[in-house]
Amino acid sequence: MKNIKYLFVGIVFGLTLTKGEAISWYRIYEMFHFQSFHMYGIFMTAVPVGALSLFIIRKLKLKSLDGEIIEPPVKRYHHGVIIGGLIFGFGWALTGACPGPLYAQIGSGYLVTIVTFISAMAGTWVYAKFQNQLPD
Amino acid sequence: MELLYKPWPWYVAGPIIGLTVPVLLLLGNKKLGVSSTLRQLCAVCYPAKIPFLQYDWKKDSWNLYLVAGVLIGGFIGGKLLNNPNPIALSEATVSYLKEKGLSDPSGLMPSELFNWHSLTTLKGFLLMVAGGFMVGFGTRYARGCTSGHGIMGLSALQWPSLVATACFFLGGILFSNFVLPLILSL
Repeated sequence: MKNIKYLFVGIVFGLTLTKGEAISWYRIYEMFHFQSFHMYGIFMTAVPVGALSLFIIRKLKLKSLDGEIIEPPVKRYHHGVIIGGLIFGFGWALTGACPGPLYAQIGSGYLVTIVTFISAMAGTWVYAKFQNQLPD
Repeated sequence: MELLYKPWPWYVAGPIIGLTVPVLLLLGNKKLGVSSTLRQLCAVCYPAKIPFLQYDWKKDSWNLYLVAGVLIGGFIGGKLLNNPNPIALSEATVSYLKEKGLSDPSGLMPSELFNWHSLTTLKGFLLMVAGGFMVGFGTRYARGCTSGHGIMGLSALQWPSLVATACFFLGGILFSNFVLPLILSL
């Protein structure tokens, strides 16, 4: 039950993605054609807010609820960041969904996107299967 | 009351999304990320003795709660509080879609592209099945998506996340401008 709090964070996150129209195929199309500021506005406010919060957390050496020292993530570079990143971008342009919105698109009633979702799971599975044969 | 149904402007949605980062860290030292749940679900459903899927997924099950919430949030935002008015797209987008034979935008997705019948056509197959596959394959290969790299990684000033995010956009811009028009013309 200690995980139930993440359900509530998820609800707010999903509601925001949906009401902010970040799960909209139309908005993603518009973003990739530079025809609207909307999606860029979301990124350009979300990242500074996240960065500033992280800065404050580290400055004040805040701990998590269970007393753990909060360590910011370290993302190591590997070539998959480029190759995988591009492939994901291709898919994002077609589906109008990154993984978060995949869930929210289903929830918002576009039930056919369950197929998009299952296909994304298949993509992850195939990556897992051939991971060793792919350049890292 | 009307305010509840209106879409949220970017300067409301963006900061709330950004606040997910500190909230998850403070609640349990958790790092925002969504694409990892696809790996989790693969490990639950069909690990098939693949080493990458043989791990203690239960240990990280917090993120399954997160995405269950995202699904519910989508339901609240898209069904209960759905915007009755057409999405306020730019004129350039609306006229382009019209040119491609799509009717006036309504809802969040063009339902003439995303429906069950469309799945049996090449167009629908490419958009949903091929597109979804690339989302799942690409995000795992990149070890993160728009959340993990784009929001969390960039907030933590991780340069590999900047490379990843730039590639997400580069790939999207290329496909949306040069491949999507071909698919829409099918």
